[in-house]
Amino acid sequence: MWKRKDLLGLKELSADEINLILDTAVPMKDIIKREIKKVPTLRGRSMVTLFYEPSTRTRTSFEIAAKYLSADTSSLTVATSSVVKGETLIDTGKTIEVMGADVIVIRHEAAGAPHLLAQRIKSRVINAGDGMHEHPTQGLLDMFTIREKKGKLADLKIAILGDILHSRVARSNIWGLTKFGAKVRVVGPSTLLPKEVQRMGVEVFQSAEEALKDVDVINVLRVQRERQKKGLLPSLREYSNLYGLDRKRLALAKPDALVMHPGPMNRGVEIMPDVYDSLHSVVDEQVTNGVAVRMAILYLLMGGKNVNEVVN
Amino acid sequence: MKLLIKGGRVIDPANGIDGIRDVLIVDGLIVKVEENINEEADEQIEAEGKIVAPGFIDMHVHLREPGFEHKETIASGTRAAAAGGFTAVVCMPNTNPVADNKAVVSFIKQKAEQEGKVKVYPVGNVTKGAQGEELTEIGELKAAGVVALSDDGKPVHNGEIMRRALEYAQMFQLPIISHCEDLNLVASGYMHEGYISTVLGLRGIPAAAEEVMVARDIILAELTGSPVHIAHISTAGSVRLVREAKARGIKITAEATPHHFTLTDEAVIGYNTATKVNPPLRSSRHREAILEALADGTIEVIATDHAPHAREEKEVEYAYAPNGMVGLETAVPLMVTQLIHTGILDWSEAIAKLTINPAKILNLPLGTLSAGSPADVTIIDPEKEAVVDPARFQSMGKNTPFAGWELKGWPVYTIVNGRVVMADGKILE
Ligand SMILES: [Zn+2]
Repeated sequence: MWKRKDLLGLKELSADEINLILDTAVPMKDIIKREIKKVPTLRGRSMVTLFYEPSTRTRTSFEIAAKYLSADTSSLTVATSSVVKGETLIDTGKTIEVMGADVIVIRHEAAGAPHLLAQRIKSRVINAGDGMHEHPTQGLLDMFTIREKKGKLADLKIAILGDILHSRVARSNIWGLTKFGAKVRVVGPSTLLPKEVQRMGVEVFQSAEEALKDVDVINVLRVQRERQKKGLLPSLREYSNLYGLDRKRLALAKPDALVMHPGPMNRGVEIMPDVYDSLHSVVDEQVTNGVAVRMAILYLLMGGKNVNEVVN
Repeated sequence: MKLLIKGGRVIDPANGIDGIRDVLIVDGLIVKVEENINEEADEQIEAEGKIVAPGFIDMHVHLREPGFEHKETIASGTRAAAAGGFTAVVCMPNTNPVADNKAVVSFIKQKAEQEGKVKVYPVGNVTKGAQGEELTEIGELKAAGVVALSDDGKPVHNGEIMRRALEYAQMFQLPIISHCEDLNLVASGYMHEGYISTVLGLRGIPAAAEEVMVARDIILAELTGSPVHIAHISTAGSVRLVREAKARGIKITAEATPHHFTLTDEAVIGYNTATKVNPPLRSSRHREAILEALADGTIEVIATDHAPHAREEKEVEYAYAPNGMVGLETAVPLMVTQLIHTGILDWSEAIAKLTINPAKILNLPLGTLSAGSPADVTIIDPEKEAVVDPARFQSMGKNTPFAGWELKGWPVYTIVNGRVVMADGKILE
């Protein structure tokens, strides 16, 4: 049974709680595959997406998930201009709450913003990515995808490749996967590896070649051009030479290795087009699974008990 | 007007006194400190079981006036000082306008005289507008009454300007209080860089950001022969540099805050913005180095860096919150609980860090119970236990991470120029 008010991160979730979400997402995925993709389960409930950072993908994924469960949705994109005008996050959250939102899905550039909101309002809060902290629904959809393809998480060797320092996806992946006994490796240039990251229970590599040896899964992270300006990377070209996932590097992994990416991708930078187009890539499935996992979370957070009542 | 303090344990490190004594005050001055003074007094304080010390000096506070009266005023800040057992505060110049000229310094002094509960000593800026480019009129600032120079809140980034400031300030016997921070290395970090910043996803500030500036200032202090006081020292590396510099005879002094000797970066977990300070709360390795340096005398001053902010300013995302926490009303019980009751410092060592040591650094005629000195006295009940309740703070700032902490060893009397300004936690009007 789900007991938490909010979903803020995977660090604080138990393996049982994560399992409950992943198990609930299985029948949700069946709904997505139906011709009529709609069940009445959350009729009369409402979800508001509150995005301080643009991300059409994640927002749309939540909106579709809510609609398949018949919840009402609305979205609020907050330009930094209104932050400048002085309306605080708490003000905005309270306004949405009194409009009757059952769930607020928040994306924010500042780590901890969803926690601040969750403490101050009664509506349920889902973290859709906060700064460099966590992106729990992405972590869960990655875990769902791996579990679906590999049948398990325990003992799998999983490499997370790229800008670990700035990646909330990496952090959520690490917390979630290590709880199930997966062996997680992180690899990237030393300027993009956060301090003492090994204490999170991962193995740290600077060489892509060493890190990718015999892995079951490669999760490729997006690398951003602005890192160059800040002195963290000499150039995207050099990054690509050292860490771009091409055929040769992919061949170091297990023959049936999965290639994942949270999107949007810089093709030709962190991942080569032929790798993306290969059979190893499960990027499209990740997108579908993202909807299923978000349906499961909305369902559980809004008091769903027996998942059979949804599917029947 | 005669005030007699009877039967307390008088600790006056300046005079090497630690014993049961009476203290006689007449017309605002200490007259004598002796066993069994039997004289008729207008007022008598029974101090049995209490610690009687020279009035405490906090050499690093932000009173916010002029310019930020919604955060704190000279009136409210000095009430907080009195409540916390301080008889004198030294206020930093990052007001609005900044204290880079005679007018602002005079305003602060005048306000303090009219509305201040305790003594106020202003610090003037090192550079005009705190811009780090041109020296202030240091001679005029000295004449207006500043006791030190600092651009606190910011470092003086330009090494050449810092060098010239040190040379020039020497003519006026004004120490420079240095806020040591290399802003390029800070690189818009929000907390100490380490495991906790990695987990919380908050950009980190490496210890090196402080240490390279401490190293620079030590080198410039050596070059110029002028004293540098390192404000709010927070890292193991800084401590090591200061220790080595002192051993070589360089005029370096340092202060540590109660929050740096009490908390670590683990306090940031949960994103409580009351924990956002500059320099940031460091990891336990650094905290231990601070404790060690307090114990061996490398750090000779405890100062609060009292930094009040309005509630709504702190009720925002961690990244957007201003730096600082209030400190005046929790400093003494934190010191007693964290340093004395734990045996890290004895009473005399601890009291010296709040009295004679800051007085010497700033050339203030305070920090002692010598006959003829101004009768500033702080009395502590070492056994008094109480829970920190920000709602009852005299400060307008309630931004403290210590809310709900039970602490043992609170100030019970604050006496300024022979007048009781705080008794049993109450401010006397
Ligand atoms: Zn400072």
